[in-house]
Parts: sequence; structure tokens; C-alpha cells
Amino acid sequence: MTAIPLGVPRRLVEFTLDGREARVPEGSTILDACRAAGKDIPTLCQGDTLAPKNACRVCVVEVEGARTLAPACSRKAEAGMEVRTDTERARHSRKVVLELLASSVNLSTTPRAAEWIKEYEAKPDRFGPNAARVDEEPRVDNDLYVRDYDKCILCYKCVDACGDQWQNTFAISVVGRGFDARIAVEHDAPLTDSACVYCGNCVEVCPTGALSFKSEFDMRAAGTWNEAEQTETTTVCAYCGVGCNLTLHVQDNEIVKVTSPHDNPVTHGNLCIKGRFGYQHVQNRD
Amino acid sequence: MKKRDRTPKTYTRLTHPLVRDSRDEPFRRATWDEALARAADGFRRTKEAHGPDAFAMLSCARATNEMNYVAQKFTRVVMGTNNVDSCNRTCHAPSVAGLSAAFGSGGGTSSYEEVEHTDLVVMWGSNARFAHPIFFQHVLRGIRNGARMYAVDPRRTSTAEWAESWLGLNVGTDIPLAHAVGREIIHAGLHNKAFIERATTGFDEYAELVEPWTLSLAEKVTGVPAAAIRDLAHAYATAERAQLCWTLGITEHHNGTDNVRALINLSLLTGHVGRYASGVQPLRGQNNVQGGGDMGAIPNRLPGFQDILDAAHRVKFERAWGTEIPPRYGMTLTDMFEAMEHGELHAVYCIGENPAQSEADSEQAIRRLAALDHLVVQDIFLTKTAEMAEMADVVLPATAAWAETDGTTTNSERRVQRVRAALTPPGEAREDIDIICEVAVRLGHDWKFADSEAVWNELRSLSPDHFGMTYDRLTEHQGLQWPCPDLEVLPSSFLHGRLWESDPALRGPAAPFGLVAHDPPVDLTDESFPIRLTTGRRLDSYNTGVQSGGYASPLRRGEYVELCPEDAERYGVVVGEEVRVSSRRGVVVAPVWVDPALRPGLAFMTMHFPDEVDTNQLTIEANCPIAGTAEFKASAIRIEKLPVAAVRS
Repeated sequence: MTAIPLGVPRRLVEFTLDGREARVPEGSTILDACRAAGKDIPTLCQGDTLAPKNACRVCVVEVEGARTLAPACSRKAEAGMEVRTDTERARHSRKVVLELLASSVNLSTTPRAAEWIKEYEAKPDRFGPNAARVDEEPRVDNDLYVRDYDKCILCYKCVDACGDQWQNTFAISVVGRGFDARIAVEHDAPLTDSACVYCGNCVEVCPTGALSFKSEFDMRAAGTWNEAEQTETTTVCAYCGVGCNLTLHVQDNEIVKVTSPHDNPVTHGNLCIKGRFGYQHVQNRD
Repeated sequence: MKKRDRTPKTYTRLTHPLVRDSRDEPFRRATWDEALARAADGFRRTKEAHGPDAFAMLSCARATNEMNYVAQKFTRVVMGTNNVDSCNRTCHAPSVAGLSAAFGSGGGTSSYEEVEHTDLVVMWGSNARFAHPIFFQHVLRGIRNGARMYAVDPRRTSTAEWAESWLGLNVGTDIPLAHAVGREIIHAGLHNKAFIERATTGFDEYAELVEPWTLSLAEKVTGVPAAAIRDLAHAYATAERAQLCWTLGITEHHNGTDNVRALINLSLLTGHVGRYASGVQPLRGQNNVQGGGDMGAIPNRLPGFQDILDAAHRVKFERAWGTEIPPRYGMTLTDMFEAMEHGELHAVYCIGENPAQSEADSEQAIRRLAALDHLVVQDIFLTKTAEMAEMADVVLPATAAWAETDGTTTNSERRVQRVRAALTPPGEAREDIDIICEVAVRLGHDWKFADSEAVWNELRSLSPDHFGMTYDRLTEHQGLQWPCPDLEVLPSSFLHGRLWESDPALRGPAAPFGLVAHDPPVDLTDESFPIRLTTGRRLDSYNTGVQSGGYASPLRRGEYVELCPEDAERYGVVVGEEVRVSSRRGVVVAPVWVDPALRPGLAFMTMHFPDEVDTNQLTIEANCPIAGTAEFKASAIRIEKLPVAAVRS
């Protein structure tokens, strides 16, 4: 007998989404159904290559008959359920989540954060100027990537990418509890004294820019980072024979960042140190 | 332990052509016209004086399929010889030769995704965790899905750390171990009799061949406990689905092809081939080493793995190209270097290769290259092959295939994927295909391709296995795996399903067992050279370091000779202390690193930092007679403490 179950064919689940009939394959989440229906639900800790962690609560929706709001990113669609995404209660909850996050964390490099704050009329300032913040200098302890704790929302995506979901290096974890919780390598040491293998797969999934490539970090600091002027070209890595797809982000004819398509059958968005960072040789031009 | 903070030699891009008027003079800058004319003149002179077989092309396993297609076409049409090869010779040529002999096709049989759904993975002579990290993520998925993994490697590598069982065999005893596994499977009655009868030949001879390899004899020869061998045999034979993967630990031996055959035998014995998630999978070491061979940049095959000795194949290409193809195999890279020694090879066109540093016994390789009448090097850097040894006559600046050109490459799972230009090339650098065509024009062949797609479509029209892969489809499906003969149907993820057909006509030729015998490494250890040196890759570095030296890796610590703690104590040496490392061919000085993954009598080095420690001065050029791959994995060395300990900080 094989140890690997082949599974049964997936059926379609029918339920009601904001008063309309929705049909999604069995196993889909409410978020999948919302996106299929063209609804824009904000998400931060959700990752397309990762199992949901339900950490940020910004995607909550109301499920008829449930006492609490449900995170759309992880709650599976069930036959006959009635889901409402835009109720007063759901919107209020998202607003408070955004206020709490934006008051304690620097969301300046979080894609769409400003847009959502506006849309939900969140007022992060209402906690006053002394709201709890980490207030730390970004940690620059190697030449490849930077850790900026002021921007960390503790969503655990980096921990999952480094750990059992992809990289299986387990270099980082959550240390401390409650208000002291933070993502760190063992003994909160510099990266160069840790188990880190510099694959950058944590940077790939970070939703806020708390983890960023040093190239991007330096250019932002110098005021030269300009995404509008960047091209993104997907090609194939020049190192080993595995054939990982690389998306080269190029500005002024310099590679400034390397990512990988998350739906690629070879990489699923993951790379190793060579593919992610080993590009400098082509632009040693004089 | 303090890591050495070392910046390796970085190479600067070539931005304009270089020529030299005589070998005693330094390079001077030239115009494209002058450089191309000189390159072409040298090839013409060679052909006129010594015939077409005095020319050889070293094509590039790093460049696109399209470039490799044009390079082999140049060799066969413009020069009229089959002397075209690439550095696949130094790594996986035995895999191609072994797989072709067994199954008639030289690719790995499975897909990465299948590893996630198999029941057993055997990683034999492969530290994929370091050398193929993203493939290993698929293995890890498989393990998390319940698959068991066995690691066969002299070193307890970071791959072996994930294994259920690590079989730490002595270097060069893969065949005894494989034969003992085969014998145990047969004696336990676990061989797949239906599959053997239906799809294989030579089983009786194989059974007889492996009969002497009892578990206890194998334990003596390989150093692996009999119980562990038995366990692997039973696990592999009883798994519903099993993947057998290997890398250079199998191929970089003087009998590499035999090693590959010995592993393939196990898949034939158990029927672990030609089914979803059951297969044999060599992990290729370079972005397009699979594609280079597929495109015919090898001396014995036309594009699409079509045999040169087959008249029908030749006729097809002769018609398409308007030429005559010599009905004999050309020289392998290994033959080429020997022919240089004997004065039979006079001109070489070397595209994107660095043989002066990548060949075993590098001193000898440099001497041989220097003896050529005419050497044209086309590269993105002035590598040692072009510069240090002062051998090249013309240097042509090329573009970086993966970031500055359009085209395709083919990966280890036979997936052809699109490569796209993202950067403007520096200075006057030009695309490989353009340059080759310009040289061809100067030799009387009016070649011009509109773009890479035009090259690809010419290849598609000649290679049935690639016919269904239009650029549009490659983009749509994020790559397609060969064989893909159809424009509509998606190809199967695995090869050789035909072996399971009940109709003999559909089943095709049976797969023969390889009757191969144990042959220990050529470079024997003795009192003078008591330590076995094996070589491999590190996670953050790559081959001769020309590419990987260019970025600031926090993991890089330069070259060391790695010893086990017991040997370090025996020699009285500590980490960082420089020692003299000698083999029968050369001497280098290298600092010591202590690695508990090694065993007494086993040392490890890489070839990533040749400008710092030229490891290939130690390695032996003992070649596989079938595939021509050198025995990089087994040299005999001696470690000597230096009189005054010079500890590098």
C-alpha cells in the first residue's frame, strides 16, 4: 500500500456570499471565494504559498450564526453557509486592527496599507504620540538583507517560510511572549552568527518590508528607489541545473531585487542564496 | 571560530574585443571587424592546412539552447566536423551515456513534483541540500508527506541529516554497494518478476554478476554495515513508488558510466521506472547542461538526441542544412585535450567555458591549450582560460545568457523554459548567436537569424521531441518537458511509461541490465598518499567561482582542506592552520577546516576558489572510457604540517 493518499476528486461547495450564490471547489477558503468573485478583502499575514496563520485579523468577515468574526484567509467555505464581508461589524473590526497595527508599526512600505487606512477611516493617531512602538534602528549585519523591527507586525510568515513550510532551516522563530514577542534568530544574535543560509525566502513573503534586500534598503535610504521606473523580467537562474525562475527587478540597467513567481512549478516562489543574490557578476561592468 | 573575511578575485565584464599579434605580446583592443576577421582566418587556415577535424568547438552549458544549436551547426556545417562538446563532459556525461544505454534517451525520467508524492527517495552521491537547494525543497515536501529518504554518500552531508538512514560508503565503492542491494533484493524474492520479464533483458546474467556480492563482502569493501545495506534493499524493493536520484558522486569517477548503470539496474530490478513518482533522476549541475546535449552540442548526437550514425537522421539534417555530415562521432572534450597533446587539434573556438580551471589536472590542461595554433575565446569575462595562461589569440565579448539575451534553457527535469533579456549588455558585448553568425559569414556561410525564436523554430522543425514547444506555449505553461511532439497535448511528467505496456509493439525496445564490475579508484591510497580526497560544492559558491565570487556572501569562507576531527588531531593541526596538501600530480597549500561529517582518512575540498587554492592541481585525469568524465571525486593525498605554523586569521 502506498503511504501517500491520492485523495478524492474535489466537489463544488455552494454557499451565499453577500447575498449572492457562490460556488468554489471543496477546500477553498472564504478568501478564495471572495477573490474569485472580485471582492477586495484586505490581507497582511496571508500568503499565497503559505498555510494561513490567522495572525493579523484584517481579513475578518461575518459568518451567519457564528459568535465571532471569522478570518476569511483560513476559514474554509462550507455548503450552505451565509457569509457577509461588508457588514458594519466586519468593517469596524478591520478598522480597529488597522489602527492598532498602524499606531505601533511603521507601515510606510506596506503595499496598500495607506489605501486601506483611508478606506476604513482608521485613525491610528487616536492613541496619541506615545503609542507603543519598538523604536529600533534597522539591523544591518550582513550585505544581503536587512531586518527593520519597526516594521514587523509579527505575522509569522517569515518563520513559516524559513521553517517547516519551505526552507526547513529553522533559523528564525518567535522569542518572548506578549508585548515582548519578536522574531529572532537563536539568542537574538547577528544573522552572521545564526543558522541563516541567506535564501531570502523570508524576505520574499514579508508583507511590510520589515525584511528587505539590502539593495532596496540602501536605495530607499538614498532616495533613489523608484518602483515606477523598474522593469520586471522573468528568466531562468544561471547556476545549477534545477532551473529556478527568477524575476529580475531592474532599475537604470541594474538588478535591484530578485524574486520568483509564486505559482512557478519549479520554485513556488523560493530561491537559494545563489539565485537570489548571486547576480552581481553580470553588472561588474568596469 | 572566526570565519575568514575574504573577498575572492572578482572578474570585470569584457566590453570590447581583444586580439594579440603574437603570443608574446599582451592583448590589445580591436574593432569587431578586425577581431571577427582574425577569428575566421585562423579557423580557415586550420581547416585548409589540417582538415576539418583539426577544429573543435567548446560549446557552453550556461548559454541558451538556441546558442548551442547555432554553435553545433557552425561546427558541423561551417567547419565540417562533429568535434563539438561542452563541460557536460566534466559532470553528467556518464548519466546521459548510462540512461541512453538503458532507455534510449539521456534525460532523468521523473519530474520534481513527483518527488513530493513518492514513498521513498534515495539520494546517492548527491548533496542536493547544498548543490540543488530548490530541488531539495521538493524532497523535503516528500518527506513531510510521509516519504522515507536514504542518503548514500561518503560524507554525512546536510542532505544526509534529513535521511532515515545514511550509508557512508568508501569513495568509489558505489558498484559493490549497488550490486549488494541488487543481490539482497533477488535473494529476498523482492524483485519485480513481471516487469523484469516484460521490459528488461539480461536479468540472468545480472543475477549471476551480483551473486558474489554478499552483504558481508559488501560491508568489507564499502564500509557500510550489512544491516544498513539490507535495510536499503528491502525499503527500495518494497516501496510502492521510489525515486533514485544521483549527482556527481556517481558520475565523477573513472568508471562513471558503470556507476550509473549499476544504479539503473536497481530501478529495472524493482520496476521503479516509467511510472508516476517512480524513476531515476540525475540532478544536473548547470543551468543548461541538459539543453546543450539536447541541442546536439555533443560529438555523437544531432539536435534532439538523434544519433549521427543513423543515416536517416543524417539525411534529414543534411537536407535542411545543405551540407554533408561526417558519418562518425567527433571528439569528446576529453579526446580534444588529448588531441591537443598529440598535435592533432590546431584550433579551438571556446564559448563560455573555463577549461583551464575546471579540468582535472589543471596544469596539464593549460599546457595543452597553450599548444594550439589558434584559440578563440568568447565569454563575458576574461577568464583564466583566456588571460592568465596567455593562450587566446582572439577574445570576443559576449552577453550573459540568462540576463541579457532571449532564448530557452532546459533544466534537470527536461523542462524547457524561457530566458529573457532584462539588462542592456555592457560596452560592445554582443549576443553569442550574432557573433557565431558573423564568423560564419566570414567563412562563406551567409547566416542570419531574425531572433532567438527563429533559431528555436528551426530546431523545432528538426527535433520531433521539441516540435510542440512554441515560445507562446512555453510562456503559457511556464515551461514544457520533452518529449513534446504535439502542439496541443501536454507532455507526460515522466518518461518510459511504454515499458509497462502489455502490447510488445507499444512497449518498444527492452531495457538491458548493465553488466558492470567493480573497479576501485585509479589513484590508490598508500603509505605516501594515505588520505582519500573527494571534492564537491558549497551552498553559496559555484564551480570555478567566476560567477559566485561576485556577490558578498556572508557564508563564504574561502578554500580549506576539510578533515575529520580524528585526522586533524593525528596530524596535530588546528582550524585555520595552513598545511601542505600533495597528490601524485601537484602540491597546494591550504588552511585546515575540521568537519565532523567526514570520516578518518577522508578529506574534502571544493574548486570554488582556484585563484586562492587550485584544487584541480591535485585531482587526477583518470577518465571514464565511455563518457570521458574525470575522477574528480577520488584522489590520494598527503597532508603535511608546515614547519612554522602559519595560522591565518
